[in-house]
Amino acid sequence: MNTPPTSRPAEESFAVRKATRPAWDVLSERALEILIYLCGISAIVFVLGIFFFVFKEALPILGNSHFSLTQFLFSDQWYPTSELNKRYGVFAMIAGTFSVTALAMLIAVPFGLGAAIYISEFCGGRTKETLKVVIELLAAIPSVVWGFIGLTVMSRLIVNYTGAPVGVNILNGGIILALMSVPIIVSIGEDALKAVPDSYREAGLALGATRWQLVRRVLLPAAKTGLLAAVLLGVGRGVGETMAVLMATGHAVHIPHGIFDSVRTLTANIAAELGEAPANSDHYRVLFLTGVLLFALTFIVNLAADLVVRGIRRR
Amino acid sequence: MTCTPTIAVRDLRLAYGQKEAIRGISFEILRNEIFGIIGPAQSGKTSLLHCLNRTIDFTPEARVSGSIRVDGEDVRQTRNIFALRRKIGMVAPLPVGLPLSIYDNVAFAPRCAGMRRRSELEAIVEQCLRQAALWDEVKDRLDSLGTKLSGGQQQRLTIARALSHQPEILCLDEFSIAIDPVTTMRIEDVLKELRRSMTIILVTNLTQQARRLADRTLFLWKGRIVELDHTDIIFSGKPANRQTYEYVNGIFG
Amino acid sequence: MMFAITPHVRRKQRHETIAKWVFFGMAASMIVPLVLIIGYLVERAWPSLSLGFLIDVPARGMKEGGVWPALVGTIYLVVLSLAVSAPVGVLAAVYLNEYARDNWFNRIINLAVINLAGVPSIVHALFGLGAFVYAARFGYSIISASLTLAIMTLPVIIASTREALASVPRTFREACWNVGATRWQTIKAVVLPNSISGILTGIILQVSRAAGETAPIMFTGAVFFKAVQKGDFFPYRLHEQCMALSMHLYTLSTQVPGVKESVPFATAVLLLGAVILVNATAIILRGYLRARKKW
Repeated sequence: MNTPPTSRPAEESFAVRKATRPAWDVLSERALEILIYLCGISAIVFVLGIFFFVFKEALPILGNSHFSLTQFLFSDQWYPTSELNKRYGVFAMIAGTFSVTALAMLIAVPFGLGAAIYISEFCGGRTKETLKVVIELLAAIPSVVWGFIGLTVMSRLIVNYTGAPVGVNILNGGIILALMSVPIIVSIGEDALKAVPDSYREAGLALGATRWQLVRRVLLPAAKTGLLAAVLLGVGRGVGETMAVLMATGHAVHIPHGIFDSVRTLTANIAAELGEAPANSDHYRVLFLTGVLLFALTFIVNLAADLVVRGIRRR
Repeated sequence: MTCTPTIAVRDLRLAYGQKEAIRGISFEILRNEIFGIIGPAQSGKTSLLHCLNRTIDFTPEARVSGSIRVDGEDVRQTRNIFALRRKIGMVAPLPVGLPLSIYDNVAFAPRCAGMRRRSELEAIVEQCLRQAALWDEVKDRLDSLGTKLSGGQQQRLTIARALSHQPEILCLDEFSIAIDPVTTMRIEDVLKELRRSMTIILVTNLTQQARRLADRTLFLWKGRIVELDHTDIIFSGKPANRQTYEYVNGIFG
Repeated sequence: MMFAITPHVRRKQRHETIAKWVFFGMAASMIVPLVLIIGYLVERAWPSLSLGFLIDVPARGMKEGGVWPALVGTIYLVVLSLAVSAPVGVLAAVYLNEYARDNWFNRIINLAVINLAGVPSIVHALFGLGAFVYAARFGYSIISASLTLAIMTLPVIIASTREALASVPRTFREACWNVGATRWQTIKAVVLPNSISGILTGIILQVSRAAGETAPIMFTGAVFFKAVQKGDFFPYRLHEQCMALSMHLYTLSTQVPGVKESVPFATAVLLLGAVILVNATAIILRGYLRARKKW
């Protein structure tokens, strides 16, 4: 076999090919890649860990003869510290969670989607950037500050303008929760509108449609699923929110009859009572069981939202 | 010219999910020849190169069968995939200046291979930039970003980077689609120079480019070999296959 | 008269104007209350807002005085929690974006990240109590609280880092692979340096989240009150409990009767100010680094 003709001396031309990486370099890279893998699977470990530890603390109560799961889910009797007649029914709290979340969504969905449409379709450049920054700030305000606003500002406004006997109630919590959910709805909603191809818009405008006609007839139908995902994520946030509703909805454990009733949500109930429940008492375990319930609820809502979002991406 | 095969492809098949890209092809590429591959879009040219240096691994839905031997070693069973890739220089259709300095763009591959000494690196950077006919334009600003060069310069930078790991085989995938004719001619001159030291695989959809440069030309269509012969014969006006004649003369394709 | 304005066109234009103003109103109604509320909070907090409020310790059973111990406690919690969640989150994102192939196992990891992001903060608190306080025997301590916060911020850091990594074009990676670089060499040379701005922005935004969270630390390490020397920078040990701004605000506004009115307002304004400051930093950093983009 002839050696190939070459313009360079052979040994110089293969200097790179002969180079080898030092062993420590190869080994440390391998070690780092193992670390990366471990971090990668950490999310699974943590999710399972959360379920495991919360469920572990709750488990003994399920075998307790004084406790029935039906009562837990469907009774509105919550007397965890009663001497004679202990009752662990969280139905009133479930009703509280759903009424506050529903009211919040009733306010946040139209306003959030409206804002998303305005940001995505009606304004441009500087206004758009400013609005997005403000929305981002809105999302960053801590829930305890929201709760404080509900407790001080909002409750006074509600008492003054509606004549309700107490200012901390479903309306208060709903408004606060709505303000908290809006950023999520706006950003996901805007993404969904952005995902509608520009060719649709151009085609619509070329036909002489106004922007409003475009939004109503083309964009909203096309972005339907994305907007649904936005709403679902808002619901997830509403169900899981703790401090704001703890401070803004009052503390009455009963099934509400109107928006001026005080309620207690599932999350607020845990936050309010966990400090007083002695470790490993039945009360303590029921609070953990409530945690399992919340975990399952938000899991389902977020999973649904994710499936919807994924549906859009695939298109 | 020697006649030992450096690459031997046997019954290579490739499918992306349900879609077949390469439907069983076999051929050999000889040492130190310029091997042209022509064919219309979607005929499997680029996929073939991806199989050759195993970057097909990064496309999850791709399924490969058959064998490709480089110097007798089957690339699909190779132990050291990085050494394989260093043996094969690859130039993509669109110029890619890495977001590093010009110097680091070229020194990147030697460094990855484990070369640390500054003097060696500097020698290689200069040699490769000269080979790619870029040295004179950038020798005073080796610290500026590779991504800030013009398209034609970036393409030559890409070639310099492909040469920086001193490959035995250089693959060019439609290197001229994003650059002007003058730069194209300069690079073609560079290739004529390089063929003295390496095997060059030139994938192109400009049939005339293959005619100018290639020793032998392969006409690929829909993942199958239509014809493989000396370039003179392919372009002679009476190739063995009628389709080849029609394609190189612009009657179809 | 081809382009004459017909009644139909006029009606269309009127609808257009109405729609525009309605949507503008909806966007504005998110923002105007925010500005009004912040203004109101600042006004009520005004009597207490001074440098002394930051560095003083609470006085007379927390009815007066400053927030120093809570401020330091919050800094402890934020720094420790991000020291854990930032590296883990960034590496996890590197795994998911750069190494993971599209198979069922990695789909489950993705699902876990999304799910982790949706777990209510109070459930994180329960987890922290069960896992760190009891099972790991860290007790009610800064360690337990920071770890709980770390797990809470983790999925968001993973998500923002992934987004930053994904913004680096694939052609760069392919160019590196083509010259025989390993995955990690590619990541180190090209992917990380060009996504670091996005990664940092995501981490900085989590500073404000970790500082503001209350529920997860309430039962794992934050305490109503702890006696601390004024101006002491290291008042806490890691196995002790600490005060925190968010917890302090909750305590002042719901648990302590007879607090001087401006004190909780000033605490709220301080938290809000810190959050706005952090977010502004992130936004400026993002703008600055975007302007220096290399391609």
